[in-house]
Amino acid sequence: MSISVRQITKRFGSFLALDNVSLEAETGSLLALLGPSGCGKTTLLRIIAGLEMPDSGSVHHLDDEVTHRRARERNVGFVFQHFALFRHMTVFENVAFGLRVRHWSEDRIRQRVHDLLHLVRMEEIGWKYPSQLSGGQRQRVALIRALAPEPSVLLLDEPFSALDRKVRLELRGWLRRFHEELGVTSIFVTHDQEEAFDVADKVVIMNRGRIEQAGTPLEVFEHPANAFVLDFLGNVNVLNVRLQNGKAKLGEMEMDYPNYPHPETRDAAVYVRPHELRLDRFNRGGSSLEAKVVHVTPAGSVMKVRVRSDEFGLLLNVDLATSEFAELGLQPGDRVYVSPRQMRVFVPDYSI
Amino acid sequence: MSIRRTRQDPWYVRWLLTVLALVVLIVLVVVPLISVFFEALSGGIRAYWANLFEDPDTRHSILLTLAVAPTAVACNLLFGLAAAWCIARFQFPGRTLLITLIDTPFSVSPVVAGLLFVLLFGQQGYLGSWLRDHGIKVLFSPPGLVLATTFVTLPFVARELIPLMEAIGPDEELAAISLGANAWQVFWRVTLPNIRWGLLYGVILCNARAMGEFGAVSVVSGHITGQTDTMPLRVEKAFQEFNLPGSFAVASVLTLLAVGTLLLKVIVEHKARQQMEEAKRLAREAGTE
Repeated sequence: MSISVRQITKRFGSFLALDNVSLEAETGSLLALLGPSGCGKTTLLRIIAGLEMPDSGSVHHLDDEVTHRRARERNVGFVFQHFALFRHMTVFENVAFGLRVRHWSEDRIRQRVHDLLHLVRMEEIGWKYPSQLSGGQRQRVALIRALAPEPSVLLLDEPFSALDRKVRLELRGWLRRFHEELGVTSIFVTHDQEEAFDVADKVVIMNRGRIEQAGTPLEVFEHPANAFVLDFLGNVNVLNVRLQNGKAKLGEMEMDYPNYPHPETRDAAVYVRPHELRLDRFNRGGSSLEAKVVHVTPAGSVMKVRVRSDEFGLLLNVDLATSEFAELGLQPGDRVYVSPRQMRVFVPDYSI
Repeated sequence: MSIRRTRQDPWYVRWLLTVLALVVLIVLVVVPLISVFFEALSGGIRAYWANLFEDPDTRHSILLTLAVAPTAVACNLLFGLAAAWCIARFQFPGRTLLITLIDTPFSVSPVVAGLLFVLLFGQQGYLGSWLRDHGIKVLFSPPGLVLATTFVTLPFVARELIPLMEAIGPDEELAAISLGANAWQVFWRVTLPNIRWGLLYGVILCNARAMGEFGAVSVVSGHITGQTDTMPLRVEKAFQEFNLPGSFAVASVLTLLAVGTLLLKVIVEHKARQQMEEAKRLAREAGTE
């Protein structure tokens, strides 16, 4: 079932948690709400679930407006950040809860719970209590508990943040497959961009109660809408340059920037991803920056090289293909010349 | 820790302290307790029985206490649950004031509390004439006793529940709602099982205090023998009338009830503490991860 959120605004006292947010999740899609803490993503999720009421705007399931429908009438499955399993109930009873309050017959309940436990390979431990389970097991119980009443939408609030890294990676892949199998429209909240890109069909990046960009992981990664998105996606070099006459300058390094033809100078930030920088042994005439190799780390198919420009006190991360790296034969301490193959300029109206 | 202590301190210090503690305990607690029963039974078991159940006034006082105390406890059970739920689950203006107000019965002298009710419901009081016109009797009758007792024992249940419910947090209740439970189902299936031991503990403390309440009840009861005398009032009155065996007989029943409460308290306290620690541990886990 598709979900759309239209022009939602929500305040907590004087704090503007959501500022005129609109969002669309198509039927069967898996959407990630991504953003730093305090950006409003969890509030938005709770509004979709009906656990929180918006000040203005509306929530729709398919074409039904459900804004004023109570949480229990929305048929939404919600997985809480810390799982919120019922501590005094066994795993079986936790999963059965949503069915019992709907007055399913005992036989159907037993069948449904058994099927779900089987799905997550936990049939053997239905009699255990939440406190006897590992983090990963609790997570899976929370998930099947939310799914038991056959919700038309599944909402997950930071579903992996309470788990250690290894379990997290395992469960990510599992959630992806699980979603493909069941096809329930799902929205999950995360502050981890890697997680969002890894799991979701569509990523919505939020900041300070607004949506900065929405798109497929590839779209967002290839065409970040603004400096915030680029910065938030991380692993990017920032060069503070001066714009003038269609050029962006940093010391000796000059890059073309035809969007700014004016003669008066202006400060701007240039964002370059590590794989978009090139290194040379020799100066290629004016458009490169002199630097020294500080550190080299092999990382699978690329070599991560860290260089420093003493002149600007600037540390840059450069990813080189291993073949390229071998050709250059770099050692820590070597002098190199850095130049961008590609760059993005953002004239500041945004500041961190 | 305790093992190391006993090894470090010289034997005479240990003995001295132990003996001192025992002497204090015996003089202040054990001897008076035993003497209550000793005095009560001094005329033999038959006389004891007669003192308790053949004197209609004493019999009435026992029944009255057994009616007033549970009623007050029931009132505070409802109030405590509502107050704790409000305070632990919502932020609202006046929240801190409410917490302070719940505590006032602890700091106000019971006699003053009783006087407040007289001021409010008495013949010359603010509501006195209205009540008289409508034929409702509060002072010098059981409703007044229940009111006074409820007031004095107001904090017990709420104070026990507020920290517990805060430690447990709202997530399980929200989960239940999102799974389709209505408010009633959330309360009976999620909230209540989570707080049951803390609640029971609060009720036991509340009940102990309610049965023994003297000051406030004394002011509002009017001391009408056979009508508004509760057990503590009966003990005093019998004592004033030089009916020592009767006085001690009632006192011994109160004492028995106290000892029974104490035993129950020990059992439930352990469970309540476990529940609280479990809640805190889970909250801590959620906080650190």
